[in-house]
Amino acid sequence: MSFVTVKGVFQTYGNRPIIERINVDVDEGEFISIVGASGCGKSTFLRLLLAQERPSRGEISIAGAPPAKEPGLDRGIVFQRYSVFPHMTVRENIVAGESFRRGWGRFWGAERRAALARADDTLARIGLDHVADQYPATLSGGMQQRLAIGQALVARPRVLLLDEPFGALDPGTRLAMHDFLTDLRGETGMTVFMVTHDLEEAFKLGDRVLVFDKPRWDPQDPNLNGATITYDFDARDGGIPFQTLKEETHVFHPA
Amino acid sequence: MRFINIIPTRPLAVFLAILPFALVFIAYSIGSEIRLTENPSDKLLPAPSTIWDTAVRLVSEGDRRTGRILFWHDTWASLKRLALGIGISASVGLLFGLLIGLLPLMRSFLAQFVAVLSMIPPLALLPILFIVFGLGELSKVVLIVIGTLPFLIRDLSQRVIEVPKELLVKAQTLGASSWVIAVRVALPQIMPRLIQAVRLSLGPAWLFLIAAEAIASDLGLGYRIFLVRRYLAMDVILTYVIWITIIAFLMDWALRRASAKFFPWAEEGL
Repeated sequence: MSFVTVKGVFQTYGNRPIIERINVDVDEGEFISIVGASGCGKSTFLRLLLAQERPSRGEISIAGAPPAKEPGLDRGIVFQRYSVFPHMTVRENIVAGESFRRGWGRFWGAERRAALARADDTLARIGLDHVADQYPATLSGGMQQRLAIGQALVARPRVLLLDEPFGALDPGTRLAMHDFLTDLRGETGMTVFMVTHDLEEAFKLGDRVLVFDKPRWDPQDPNLNGATITYDFDARDGGIPFQTLKEETHVFHPA
Repeated sequence: MRFINIIPTRPLAVFLAILPFALVFIAYSIGSEIRLTENPSDKLLPAPSTIWDTAVRLVSEGDRRTGRILFWHDTWASLKRLALGIGISASVGLLFGLLIGLLPLMRSFLAQFVAVLSMIPPLALLPILFIVFGLGELSKVVLIVIGTLPFLIRDLSQRVIEVPKELLVKAQTLGASSWVIAVRVALPQIMPRLIQAVRLSLGPAWLFLIAAEAIASDLGLGYRIFLVRRYLAMDVILTYVIWITIIAFLMDWALRRASAKFFPWAEEGL
């Protein structure tokens, strides 16, 4: 039984099909990179995984649960921008990861002090303890994204979704963020879906790389057909030893 | 050097800021001087010294009949009405702004209704308010509320809609309920906007206050101005106008400072 099951998913906006016939099974703890040209439904697929939208057909289930109707605690998300709350300090942002599920969205008294101490531990681990009292706007892009990932993780989601998380960062910061993410994954064993434009990044971080593309292309009406998963690469060990083994099972066969 | 690149130094900037005030004062003094040399009992442009004497008399001497210093009673009465009206408007506006901005159900239910309501000229309703609520305090406060509330609701609901979708989704993935999203994400995000909207509403609020006081009242800054108009007491009128301007400016300044103090994270946006 796979952990994340995507069965026969179609998504249409009005008359325009965005993605078609998506079938994927993902095991717990796998890191899935999603690549593809712009407008090929990568982000749509991520929104479906997040349950921010519901598919026109098909269903997505996580850990055998019935398909979700709205985003919830089982899915964590980091967007390219606007992933942290600008009106809270860095420490409060981390605490929010635990406290937002409460009736008032806050902790009180001893519980609050304990949460603040835990937040300081988390901040030390992600290297942001020296800016704990600042507002996110004063942080660099890389630090904001580290904060966003840390905040998403303290909520302990079953699946972590990353929508081009490092797209706005400079190359050096991006490499540092790769190490950061790899370390965190080693600690948590989290199932991750990451949309990216950077192929190198996709293969470096991912266990599998899903390629979204349009298998049929109508020159008169490019929007007639939706995109689907055209390749499913095994990217472990730099993509070399397992490639031949799994080639048959993951290559897309146009029906 | 291009004009867009010429930045005044600090002393020059201060000088430039004071200059228009000084120019207006000088122009008034000259005009007043010319009229007064022609006719020493001219009432239209009293000399600045006369205005100053009147102002001192107004703020320090009591009414001959009651002994009350009317200037301060007028100020207090007007400020009470203004604060009450703006306070009610801001609270109700905040509540409905959040409801309309956050809940698609409420948006469908009320957004168009508020848009239509905001087109009603509030002063046209003033006679109705006097008939329904009488000539007391209530009708004046209600006029301020009616005059400023639709704008506040529309502005604040728009601000809530402009809160990035990503933040709302993120809050949901952290397990937040609609209530928690409202009080911990949307509310703090629009508080600086509320202060800004209130600052913009202060102008209309004064307008409606003075209009209501001018028509039916027995105390208040607007009432006094319209009362002494009968005696062509320009020195009193000008004192009151300057006083109202100072109060309005101080309110605006205080709100701006409050916004900077309580919402430092929003500084860049304001």
